[in-house]
Amino acid sequence: MLKFVVRRLLLLIPVVIGVSIVSFSIMHMIPGDPARIIAGEGATVEDIMSIRIKYGLDRPLIEQYFRFMKGVITNDLRSIRTERPILTELLPRFANTAQLALVSIIISSVIGVTLGIVSAVKRNSWIDTFSMVFSLVGVSMPIFWLGILLIILFAVTLRWLPSGGKGGVEHLILPALTLGLATSAIIARMTRASVLEVLNQDYVRTVVAFGLPKRKIIYKYVLRNALIPVVTVIGLQFGYLLGGAVLTESVFGWPGLGRFVVDSIFSRDYIAVQVGIMMIATTFVLVNLLVDLVYALIDPRLRRG
Amino acid sequence: MRMKKRTSSLIILKRMARNKGAIFGLIVVLLIVFVAIFAPVIAPRDPYKQDLLASLEPPSWKHPFGTDVFGRDVLSRVIYGARTSLSISSLAVLIAFILGATVGTIAGYFHGVLDEVLMRILDVLMAFPDILLAIAIVAALGPGKINLVVAIAIYSFPQFARVMRASAMTIKNSEYIEAAKAIGESHLSTMVRYVLPNALAPLLVQATLRMATAVLTISGLSFLGLGVKPPEAEWGTDLAMARVYLEIAPHLGIFPGLALFITVLGFNLFGDGLNDALNPRLKDR
Repeated sequence: MLKFVVRRLLLLIPVVIGVSIVSFSIMHMIPGDPARIIAGEGATVEDIMSIRIKYGLDRPLIEQYFRFMKGVITNDLRSIRTERPILTELLPRFANTAQLALVSIIISSVIGVTLGIVSAVKRNSWIDTFSMVFSLVGVSMPIFWLGILLIILFAVTLRWLPSGGKGGVEHLILPALTLGLATSAIIARMTRASVLEVLNQDYVRTVVAFGLPKRKIIYKYVLRNALIPVVTVIGLQFGYLLGGAVLTESVFGWPGLGRFVVDSIFSRDYIAVQVGIMMIATTFVLVNLLVDLVYALIDPRLRRG
Repeated sequence: MRMKKRTSSLIILKRMARNKGAIFGLIVVLLIVFVAIFAPVIAPRDPYKQDLLASLEPPSWKHPFGTDVFGRDVLSRVIYGARTSLSISSLAVLIAFILGATVGTIAGYFHGVLDEVLMRILDVLMAFPDILLAIAIVAALGPGKINLVVAIAIYSFPQFARVMRASAMTIKNSEYIEAAKAIGESHLSTMVRYVLPNALAPLLVQATLRMATAVLTISGLSFLGLGVKPPEAEWGTDLAMARVYLEIAPHLGIFPGLALFITVLGFNLFGDGLNDALNPRLKDR
């Protein structure tokens, strides 16, 4: 097990470095002079020069990269727009995104697992058909359109829930449902396939032959094994939700990290964009690693792979 | 040889024809392509013509999908939106296909250090969840159609490369590759003439599914203001404007999204059906 953990951690290093390089290069892929673009229209030559020096844009790229990374770690790097330390700006937004993703993953796990189990046990029933249609709609639905539809129904027509912003629990319901639809569809599909596979195994056939009650077979023998891969999918989806919330956050005006990155693009705050994107991708990679390790812990067969 | 090839594609076609979802998907895709090509003929009105006296009108006989804030005909804009969306997505997916097939063939065929390096680069690109990589690219290059094509091509090609690499690794151990080497074919010609053609099927499935993602990404980025710029008719751009007027004109939020949803559904159904037809064993699981 230790060997597996060490190997996974070593594999992580080049990916995290790569992510930081890609994020860092955002400011340097800008066509033309980044200093001129940050300075904005109507800036004087002196303005541009002072920006170039302030952000070290006159230094060699390698040196700039290390200054950037050091700035992130020591929190010396400041937002271009607000001049506040960048992590001080990003962390509260990250907490908002995490809150939304957490509520969303709980809702979609409950919906997805229930739907998946029922449709596998009652294969080819109406609920199985419904679950298949639900999965298909879930993966094809543009997330921001779903948000708009939910706003039209629950905020504009019925007036039950607010159409956006952050506040009490009622502000969380629509964004969490929107963000969770595709996820619950994926979880339902996975659960169904996994339960069906276990149902066909020899040991299940044996307990059926013993004449055990169906309910007991499902709970005691089938679900325990069938839900292991489902836990992995839920974990991976959680990582995805943390990063995939950009569109949902924009539709509902939720003050999360994704929306902050997009706003920063418009205000030419490239430092906020660089660090924000790096933060989302790194979190995604770390959550995936954690899921892999947990999976290996539950299912020893994978440690060798 | 020729004969055998024809029968196997006939079998695949027959399997496709039995799959209702795939047929539905194919019909939807063909319909959207038709609408995109013949938009100027089909659209009842000019999608860019403003009529401020007819602003935000609900659906009527004159304007079946209503009008937007500038009094433009929403139906015509939805029709032209197909054009914008499909032209950008097909170009981007084509580039991603070529790029991914090249990288994947090289990585899978040569294996070793080169493969290891290429795969780590793909790992990095795939570490950016959802449309984040596309956002990062557009953040640097700026919005606009060409940059959108670049962003979506870069964000889509790792999937093609992965699929191609897996196929290339199996193919290179087969006897006909050994035969090709024995008759003195160079690496390049072995890859182009034998490895690539035999790996086309899974790549085509991937291309269809990636079309769905590309269409979603275009409208997603445009919705955020990072893609196609107004006044150009595009579903995501129009939905972003609809979001502002939802309280007084909810009809604006329905139709562009519906068109987008149906298009994505069509590509997904067709792609899944193609996949089932090519790998019949997977289907009954």
